[in-house]
Amino acid sequence: MQLDDLYRQVIMDHYQHPRNVGELAADAITVDLRNPSCGDEIKLQLQVKDGVVTDARFRGSGCSISMASASMMTEAVKGLPIAEALALSRSFRAMMRGEEPDRDLGDLEALQGVSKFPARIKCATLAWQALEKAVRPQPAE
Amino acid sequence: MDVAAVRRDFPILQQTVNGHPLVYLDNAATSQKPRPVIEAIRHYYETYNANVHRGVHTLGTKATEAYELAREKVARFIHAPSAEQVIFTRGTTESINMIAYGFARPRLGPGDEIVTTAAEHHSNLVPWQQVARATGAALKFIPLQPDGTISLDDVRRTVTPATKLVAIAHVSNVLGTIHPVREIAEIAHAAGAVVVVDGAQSVPHLPTDVQAMDCDFLAFSGHKMCGPTGIGVLYGKRKWLDEMEPTYFGGEMIDVVELHQSTWKETPWKFEGGTPIIAGAIALGVAVDYLTGIGMEAIRQHDRALTAYALERLRRVEGITVYGPARAEQRGGLVTFNLEGVHPHDLATVLDAEGIAIRAGHHCCQPLMRWLGVPATARASFYLYNTEQDIDALVNALQTAKEFFHHAIG
Repeated sequence: MQLDDLYRQVIMDHYQHPRNVGELAADAITVDLRNPSCGDEIKLQLQVKDGVVTDARFRGSGCSISMASASMMTEAVKGLPIAEALALSRSFRAMMRGEEPDRDLGDLEALQGVSKFPARIKCATLAWQALEKAVRPQPAE
Repeated sequence: MDVAAVRRDFPILQQTVNGHPLVYLDNAATSQKPRPVIEAIRHYYETYNANVHRGVHTLGTKATEAYELAREKVARFIHAPSAEQVIFTRGTTESINMIAYGFARPRLGPGDEIVTTAAEHHSNLVPWQQVARATGAALKFIPLQPDGTISLDDVRRTVTPATKLVAIAHVSNVLGTIHPVREIAEIAHAAGAVVVVDGAQSVPHLPTDVQAMDCDFLAFSGHKMCGPTGIGVLYGKRKWLDEMEPTYFGGEMIDVVELHQSTWKETPWKFEGGTPIIAGAIALGVAVDYLTGIGMEAIRQHDRALTAYALERLRRVEGITVYGPARAEQRGGLVTFNLEGVHPHDLATVLDAEGIAIRAGHHCCQPLMRWLGVPATARASFYLYNTEQDIDALVNALQTAKEFFHHAIG
């Protein structure tokens, strides 16, 4: 068990200097999510225009993994069409299951080591769960 | 107390985790099991597994005798006036829910009050929230002092003639505070209220005497006291148990069943609907024998000494915040803390890499975390097999964690 596999420099940088922290206008999609088993919390806001995520912000409290993952996720999805954001989320989750990423995940690949720490996977996926909840197609009225 | 000999009784402690000898400091979550308890479960299933209270055959008789003997052992362990006042349940949560459903709901109504504290485990808070919602009774909280203790003056101010029930943990699972339950019971009884004591963290660690405590109900779990998971106890004063409705209806708990109505067995059997947790109860009886053999007073002194040592060593770690009462005498065998700049989950992962098991999170005490003003904490909790070396390992690993995160963050 190598701690350096988990706590990569990129992760610690995002933890220390999280990107996209803050709030968006009132018309943004807002999702509040918590992990009841550990108390981590995230409030994710997305601005979606013409099916594209134009902006993303979050506030939260949690461990280095959950906060770094949220920071990286907001960076990664900005500018993506919703379908691509969801595809990215699927790829990220596959990586958490220990599968090799099926695409270049950029900075997110720093989180690959989390897959070797089963107790921490839910920390890394909290922000992605919030993303999916925010943009998942709503059932027709 | 010969800790080296005790440690030899616990097979799980003889292993390495992530290349380091296991240092198990998560006893408030669940304790490890000594060999006699493990053997008792195996022995039951290998030699006399049968259902209780119904078989005429030899194995059925043997299983019934062993099950009822376990009840007697537990009764003696907590100084209950009779074995019939010990009900086997799945654990503390179920025991408290049985009181909530069978005792509190039929008795409480608008204008009545339930008094508890903000430091309770969710299992001693949420059932009372539900009773309050269902009956219209009000939920009131005894304020906490800055160190997590409660003052008897505050208890007197909070408990009124409208108070019907006071629910409190004997020992807090986060702050470790030992609450003065006997004095609280006196105040509650003077106001005409009953007292429910959550003994999940006290019965495994302190000598327990329900008659001296004068509690009306006591709930605790077997798995935190060297017994298996899935078995717990509800103790109650005789008259309350006799008046109380069963929670589960069906087989085993009935006396006469007709097409449209039925009658129940006597206490405690009316509360044990369905096939009970036979192996679990028998093994809990063996756990009680084991603890009694070592001596609960000796275990208390061991816990207290370890807690004093841990408090002293942890306080010297730079950047640490230790929660709860200052002196080990006021506390059960656990220490909850936070290390500046390291989230408890990250801390727990770093410690785990060193083979040290602690708990990180809200410990099923979200209101208490809010009161402390932190989202989560780290907790080290001790038991009879822990040593000062375990605490040294913890403190050394805390330094490692600090250096690691300091370095990683730069």
